[in-house]
Amino acid sequence: MSRSSTVILMILLGISIVGFFILNLLLGSVHIPFDEIIGILLGRNDGNVIWTNIILKSRLPQSLTAMMAGAGLAVSGLLMQTVFRNPLAGPSVLGISSGASLGVACVVLLSGSIGGVALSKLGVIGEVTITLSAIVGSLLIMALIAFVAQKVRGNVTLLIMGVMIGYIANAIIGVLKFFSAEEDIRAYVIWGLGSFSRVSGGQTSVFIILMLVLLPMSFFLIKTLNLLLLGDSYAKNLGLNIKRARLWVIGCSGVLVAVVTAYCGPVVFLGLAVPHICRGLFHTSNHAVILPASLLGGASLALLCNLIARMPGFEGALPVNSVTALVGAPVVMWVLFNKRKNDV
Amino acid sequence: MRRNETIRVVGLDTGYSDRKHTTVITHDINASLYSRELTCLLGPNGAGKSTLLKTLTAFLPPLKGDIMIEGRLLNVYSDSDLAKVIGVVLTERLNINNMSVDELVGMGRSPYTGFWGHMSAYDRHIVDESISLVGIDGLRGRMVQTLSDGERQKVMIAKALAQETPEIFLDEPTAFLDYPSKVEIMQLLQRLSRERDKTVFLSTHDLELALQIADKVWLLDKPHGVTIGTPEDLALKGEMTKYFQRDGATFDIESGLFKIDHKLTDSITLEGKGPVANMVRKALARHGVSTDAKDNNNRIYADESGISLNGDSYPDIDSLLDAVDSILDRI
Repeated sequence: MSRSSTVILMILLGISIVGFFILNLLLGSVHIPFDEIIGILLGRNDGNVIWTNIILKSRLPQSLTAMMAGAGLAVSGLLMQTVFRNPLAGPSVLGISSGASLGVACVVLLSGSIGGVALSKLGVIGEVTITLSAIVGSLLIMALIAFVAQKVRGNVTLLIMGVMIGYIANAIIGVLKFFSAEEDIRAYVIWGLGSFSRVSGGQTSVFIILMLVLLPMSFFLIKTLNLLLLGDSYAKNLGLNIKRARLWVIGCSGVLVAVVTAYCGPVVFLGLAVPHICRGLFHTSNHAVILPASLLGGASLALLCNLIARMPGFEGALPVNSVTALVGAPVVMWVLFNKRKNDV
Repeated sequence: MRRNETIRVVGLDTGYSDRKHTTVITHDINASLYSRELTCLLGPNGAGKSTLLKTLTAFLPPLKGDIMIEGRLLNVYSDSDLAKVIGVVLTERLNINNMSVDELVGMGRSPYTGFWGHMSAYDRHIVDESISLVGIDGLRGRMVQTLSDGERQKVMIAKALAQETPEIFLDEPTAFLDYPSKVEIMQLLQRLSRERDKTVFLSTHDLELALQIADKVWLLDKPHGVTIGTPEDLALKGEMTKYFQRDGATFDIESGLFKIDHKLTDSITLEGKGPVANMVRKALARHGVSTDAKDNNNRIYADESGISLNGDSYPDIDSLLDAVDSILDRI
């Protein structure tokens, strides 16, 4: 694909983000005129207080969260697919999101039965606790995976190890559920459905700042990722330290998933789907193109999914996970049907 | 200047080891490799060709002994230093999609490019030069997954050239190729060793080709270890016969190549000269008929004017063989 058409596609992706972002602010169960929204965003507080609250406390943070989460998951999925040389790899394969779930399950499910306080009733403190427990859980699992990565040679072995660790985490969650109070289980299940609106107020800015720091860091890995495409032997012969490279890529991907999962719950599918869509669009595997493309594509698709989840008529918002799969799966299938020979 | 010693191997044992077991595959190899020479590593399956190649290219640690490359011990090279000294072409099939030939050859510049992998004008120049040297200018924009095996092999050789290493190691570069492509790749490698002062070392199963084109041959075999020399020296010393003697094939010292033995059950007299007579002799040998007898009752005459058997002429060798069968009363 020529340089100019790559640039044009990138710009189109950027425009789609802006477009979906505006639609996310505009559409919802309450109708707010466009010029009012602009006014509210510019800080003119002359209008309706309810409208101001809806925009600043709900739609704006939700849109920003969706954008960042989508970008993070897509980049993370791309890194996983490259390092494992497996098109089915995604952020969830290494059990890192299961680790987050385990962390949340431990806190949510055990708080009721042991501490005697249902965390689901605690409001903001509860939210912060859930976020922290998800991060701790996923980072612990990631440390375990990183340790295993230094010990085993083959990528397939490592992938299977990750899947197994994920199963163990899910099994423990199952046991915890069995011993928990019903309302806690409900709280956990709702967290597990994924949502871009779960985080509130000050937490949103923490999440956005974290992502703004983490996402650009993935760009440091472009040369490493391109070398990894050649396979371990060729990459090593071209001067790459394979074990260190693997550690960096898995680490970067893992931290992104950990943070996104902590704030939005285990959002599925975007991480797997977006890199495929971008490879289908850009016809290249050069990470200097496909990494920024996945970042933009992830942000755009997440905004679209969020929009659909909140469409007027679906009062109360659909679970994000259902929408991501419903929107993402057909798109991936369409890309696969239309691909040129051996493209993906 | 004819050549320089670039790699010296002293008392090298190769094989695999883990905490419990050590498996020695080749034992006590002492040898050198030279620039401007194409060296072929020959040996039956399982003799340890790949293991030796992996050890020399630092994919495997040596079990014992030293490998000196350009005067330095192999194990003191860092990954990035070694990337500028040894370039490899491997047998493993590339599983890359949507990468152009240009980009893939450009990957050979990775040891020289900076943190972001951005290519300078000089890097681009080296890539262009490598592509033309291998003769694949026409493939530049093609995606790697659309190439044939032979084309892909050339692209990987161009990648190794772009790496600008004095040493190029290739693991069975001619496997999976059709015969003309095999010859082409071997000639290309020989030319590169001469024109670019490269030390080229490759493993192969294509014995005939290796014996015709290699400057040096390493014969590797479990019982005998490694024997090194020019193909001609090894032939004269009888090493070829020792290594490759099998039922049904003998090393022909006249031509320096291998010949398949045919079981000869009948004989016939062949007269005539030139290529036609030679081809008739060859066809009859495959058919189990010796042509050494001088005074056989049956007499074939073959030269440019035609082929005849006991006075009857035949248009081609196929019909001659039918006639020979009926005369010899063979079923």
